[in-house]
Parts: sequence; structure tokens; C-alpha cells
Amino acid sequence: MEQVVIAFLCLAILLYFLLGGADFGAGIIELFTSTKNRSRTRKTMYHAIGPVWEANHMWLIIAIVILFVAFPRIYTTMSVHLHIPLAIMLIGIIARGTAFVFRHYDAVKDDMQWLYNRIFRYSSFLTALFLGIIAGSVLSGQIDVNATNFKDAYIFSWFNWFSISVGLFTTALCGFLAAIYLIGECKTEEDKKRFIKKAEYMNVAAVIFGAMVFFSASVEDVPLMNWVVYNKVGLIAVILASLSLVLLWYLLLKGNTKILRVLAGFQVTMILVAISYAHFPNFIRLKGGEVISLYETIAPEKTVQSLGWALVLGSFLILPFLGYLFYKFQQKEE
Amino acid sequence: MDDFIAARSQMALSLGFHIIYACIGMVMPFFMAVSHYKWLKTRNEVYKHITKAWSKGVAIFFATGAVSGTMLSFELGLLWPKFMEHAGPIFGMPFSLEGTAFFIEAIALGFFLYGWEKLDKWFHWFTGVVVGVSGLASGILVVAANAWMNSPAGFDYVDGQYTNIDPIKAMFNDAWFTQALHMCLAAFTATGFAVAGVHALMLLKKQHNDFHYKSFKIAATFATICALLQPISGDFSAKDVAKRQPAKLAAMEALYETEKPAPLLIGGIVDEENKTVSKYIEIPGALSFLAHGDFKAEVKGLDQIPEDEHPPVAITHYAFQIMVGLGTLMLMISLLYFFILWRKKTILTSKWLLKLFVFAIPLGYIALEAGWVVTEVGRQPWIINGVMRTIDAVTPMPGIAWSFYLFSAIYFSLSLIVIFLLYRQIKMVPVLYKSSNIDQQWNK
Repeated sequence: MEQVVIAFLCLAILLYFLLGGADFGAGIIELFTSTKNRSRTRKTMYHAIGPVWEANHMWLIIAIVILFVAFPRIYTTMSVHLHIPLAIMLIGIIARGTAFVFRHYDAVKDDMQWLYNRIFRYSSFLTALFLGIIAGSVLSGQIDVNATNFKDAYIFSWFNWFSISVGLFTTALCGFLAAIYLIGECKTEEDKKRFIKKAEYMNVAAVIFGAMVFFSASVEDVPLMNWVVYNKVGLIAVILASLSLVLLWYLLLKGNTKILRVLAGFQVTMILVAISYAHFPNFIRLKGGEVISLYETIAPEKTVQSLGWALVLGSFLILPFLGYLFYKFQQKEE
Repeated sequence: MDDFIAARSQMALSLGFHIIYACIGMVMPFFMAVSHYKWLKTRNEVYKHITKAWSKGVAIFFATGAVSGTMLSFELGLLWPKFMEHAGPIFGMPFSLEGTAFFIEAIALGFFLYGWEKLDKWFHWFTGVVVGVSGLASGILVVAANAWMNSPAGFDYVDGQYTNIDPIKAMFNDAWFTQALHMCLAAFTATGFAVAGVHALMLLKKQHNDFHYKSFKIAATFATICALLQPISGDFSAKDVAKRQPAKLAAMEALYETEKPAPLLIGGIVDEENKTVSKYIEIPGALSFLAHGDFKAEVKGLDQIPEDEHPPVAITHYAFQIMVGLGTLMLMISLLYFFILWRKKTILTSKWLLKLFVFAIPLGYIALEAGWVVTEVGRQPWIINGVMRTIDAVTPMPGIAWSFYLFSAIYFSLSLIVIFLLYRQIKMVPVLYKSSNIDQQWNK
């Protein structure tokens, strides 16, 4: 059952990154769209993500519940030492979640829309940035559980070059995912061209921030090179990610959009695999080299058993229903 | 502001808002399913309009409920890490099931909101019912987790260690059923009265009569039936609390001295310093009866409980008085409603009764919040009753007061926007639901 629970945790994190990430990306793209095209972008986006919108964010809840039930020490270490970025991310989640719904369900379309849109765009960016910062901090080795002063304990745990680089890299990836996703939803050639442009920009940004991640890793002593280059699986994953990126651009320029989403999703998955494979089963790297591992901190057996069963039974209920939802509203577009 | 008080205030604030959003989000789908059913059966367009109008409310409240709930799942750790470190593996079971229920609710809502004209009509109706059922299941599961804090079960606590953990036993603790029943009835009563009241107000303004009358009837039926059932469930709860948490019961009734038989106090000013109560009405023996089903039974007072384990008496007592008082008031309104229906067949001619319903718009929610204060404040100083103190669970991070101010500002502005949106939805009813332009509006 341990493996089942860990598999679900990884799956929930991955799916939240892909689906939730594409959602954040939609807001980020809107942020970087010129004013005259914004309302078009918004329409395309609403059409694409409206029906599945709420469901995409449930993966975060699943991940967090697995963490606090089965890995309470990981959950509490993160909540204590990453309190500030978590709180900022939550504000972002509250703001964008409500603004997205409010702008659609306001019965009168007037100046309030301006406010909702603003909030949605900026909070999308903020949420993705801090989500990345939190992920980066978990790996950064800057969380100091023995710190005695406020700054070391609660600020520098996340406010460091590596965490921030991962944050920026995450926002670029989210934007990239969203752009690729939206290309498939476009009705006109003109729109399609605009999103291809966006995807290009986001791709370039991701490469730049990705380089920053590697550079800051060496500054902050994060053994990223060991995980990604000197580990067989890590290396293969990186190569596959690069190949799929090349293939993706080739197909995109050829005008074949069907398979793009799969490739983009695959590419991001490979990036996550590359970073986490050699690190697994360790989860948090603490300052001074100590690690908190998934296996060592797992809850007592009975808890893991019942959680595992709950997840398995839950997914029998959820997955077919969710699949049908995606299928039904995809079908409509064709 | 002291960090510990700030953490408690922030938790209270977050739960206080979430409880309202969540109740509306879990009850409205049932109202919606009834009017949707009537539309499918009678093909009277008004019912379709009602369903669509309500579904917008559901969408707004589901979104706010979902984000405030996400917020809470993090806040448990942000504010009470020591509690979660030990409690997570024990009382996590209902949360993991709730995750599933909530997920299903989100999927079903996607189908329901976007499925008009696209799904088979009965499948579409069914997805609406699934929204309601899974929402209700989520609510029950979360309350079961809270009940565990009042009535810890499913583990042994030896020398500061939590051993022999059994999450299933923890979920089905002694308090889960009474608490969940009381909460569900409260959710239906409060939301029913609020919705019925808003439509009653529109009826008094003579707006769009048929629409508002039919809406009023559906909401009022749920509200009044649940208001009538609530005292029975309250009685279960009282007996349960008397057995498990005598300190809470004593605080609810400001019973400083053990008495046999114990009287029930109505009203009363509590003086915590001198441990006295003044200016109350006394019903002899009634508390003995409520707590133990016997007019002569002894009821434990706070004198039998160590001083450092006393909950705040004044707050618990006042909150309890408010809850019971408003519950009784809603019970009276419900009886009047049935009486008028029985005598006149319609309530449209009884303007005073409609006005009474308008007056009752906030009552259910005030009672609900008060009841929640009784449960939570009455459990203090414990976070896990008798096992862990709240003060030992709080985060070591200083400066929580700032976080409290910030989140207060966020929740208040969020609520203002929600009220503003609902006001606009209601104001636009005559425009939105003229038969010709519904679909046009909907697809915008």
C-alpha cells in the first residue's frame, strides 16, 4: 500500500502541474497579451477551460490530503518553514479562483470586469510563481529547522536564488503549456498564429530560466547536475524532453496540432521525472544535508492501508467520470 | 495582538466564512434539483428559469467554497503544525474520502453548468443531484473530522505517544453522527430561510411574481421542515455533550456549581471573574432533563473540572443562547407558515408572513455561526479534547497577527463582492428570464 499512496501522491502532483499549470498559464498569457487582443484570448480560454476548470484544481487538494495523512512530518515542516510563500500562494488561489467565476457570473457586464480581469491575470502569475518557489525550496537545502532567528527560519528558506529561479521557470512552463493547449482551441488562423507566437516566447523564457535554475543550483549547492546528468534515468528523461520539444516545433510549423498537447505534457512530465528520479524517495532537503524521506516519515500502517484503499476506490469513481467530462466537452469543439 | 490569539482568530475567521459558503454550496443544488425535476415533468418554463438562476448562485458559492476550503486544508498546517503532525494520520480518513466526494462534486458541476442542451436531459438532471449528494457527503465527512477533536477515538495515548492508530474507528467516533445530523439540518434551515426570504422580498416588491413565488415555495418547504426537525437533533447533541464533554455543557449553561436537579437558564449575564450569573429566567429541572432525560438528575458544574481546563464561559453561554433563541424563532415561523398554508392554501395574501420571512433572512446563518462557536470555544483549552492543548499546537512562527489582518481584509472584501454579485443576479431576474432572451444571455 505504501507504493500505492506514493504513486497517487506523484500522480496528483504531476496532474496538478499539467492541468492546474495550464490554467495558471492561461492567466499568464492573458497578462502578456496586448490590450486589443485580450477579449479574444479570454473567450478562447473560457471556452477551453470553463467546464473542466474546477476539476483541475482538485488535484492540489488530493496531494495535500495525502501529505498530511500519510507524511505528516513533510506537511508540517513545509507549513512551518514555508509559511510565507504558502500564504501568498493561497491568496493567489483565492483571488484567481473567485475572479474567474465572478467575471463570468456577474449579471451586469460593466467596469467591474476590468477589476476581475486584473485580479485574475496578476494572481495567476503570482500563484504559479510561488508554487514554483515552494517546489524549489523543498529541493533547495535552505530550510533550516534549527534556525534561531526569524530571517533564517522563515525568509531565507524560500528567498534564495534557486527557489526563485525554479519559480520563474515554472511560470514560463505554465505559460507554454497553456499556449500549446489553446492552439488546439482556436477557431481562426489569426488566433492560432498569435498563440504560436506566445508559445515561442514562453519557450524562450523557459530556456533562459531553466539555465538560471542550473546556474543557481551550483551557487546554492543543489546537486541538480548529479540528478539530471549523472543519473541514467535523469539523463534519458532530459534527452526525451529535448527531443519532444524539437518534434513539437516541427509539427507545429507543419500545422499539425492534434498531437501537440500530448507532446507538451510529455515534455513537462519528463522534466519533472528528470529532477525527481534520483532524488526519490527523499522529499525535503534540509540545511546541513539532512533529508526527509518519504519512506522514513510515512504514517503507521493502518493509516496507510485505509488511505490507499480510499484513493483506489475514489479513483474508480472519479476517473471514468472525469474522463467523460473531458471527452464530452472536447467532442463539442470538433 | 498575541500570536496565539491571532492564530485562533484567523482560524475562526476562515471557518466562519467557509461554513457559510459551503452550506450554501451544498444545499442549493437540492433546491435546484427539485425545480429542475419540476421543469422536466411539467415543462413549465418558469421552473427552468429558476433552475438556471439558482445554478448561477451555486457556481458562485461553489467557487468561493472551494477556494476557502483549499485555504483551510493548508491553514491547518500553517497555524497548527503540532496538531497536524500527530492528528493527520489519525483523523485523516474522512479528509481523504472528502477529497473524493469534493472531486466528484466539481466534475458533476462541470457537467451540470455546461450541459444544458448538450446532455441527455435526465442525465443532466442526475448530474445536478450528484452535485448535491456529494456536496452533502463532503460536509458530513468534514464534520466527522471535527467531531473527532471533540471525541477523540481510534488511538492510544501513552506517555505522549500516539500508538495503535485506527483511522476507521477515529472517523466513526462517538460524536460524528449527532454533530453531522445537527450541521446538515442547520445548513438546510439556514440556506432555506435565506433563499425563501430573498424571494419573499421580491414578492413584496411585486417583481416577477410567478418566478419568485415558485422559488419561495421550494426553499421554504425545505427550511420549515428542517427547522421543525432541528430541536430533536439538538436534544441528541445535548445528551451527547453532557456525556462526553461535561465542561462544554456547563459552559453552555454557565453552570458554575454542580446541581441536582439543575435548572435551565434563559438569558443571563455571566461574570467570569466572580463565577456568577445574573438577570436570567430559570426553568427548574429543565437542564437535568435535557442533559440526562430525567428532571431530577445531577448535572456536573464547572466546580468539578480543574480550573485550567475551563472553557471561556461567557462566550459559550451567549452563543448557545443565541443559537437556541433563533432556532426557536425559526421554529415558530415554520409553524405559522404551515398553519397559514393549511387555512388559506396560499401565503401570498398574508403580507405579514412574507415580511417575517424577509426578517428571517440572516437568522439561520447567525444561529449556525453561534452553534459553531459553542462547539469550538466550548472545547477550549483543548484542540484534541483531553489530549492536546490548543496552545501547544500553534505554529512557532511569530507575526501571525499580520497574517490575520491580511486574511480578514481578503475574506471581507470577498464577501462584499459575493453579496454584490448576488444582488445583481437578483436585480437582473426580470431582464434575464424573459423567455426570448434566456439562451442568448446564458451563452454569453
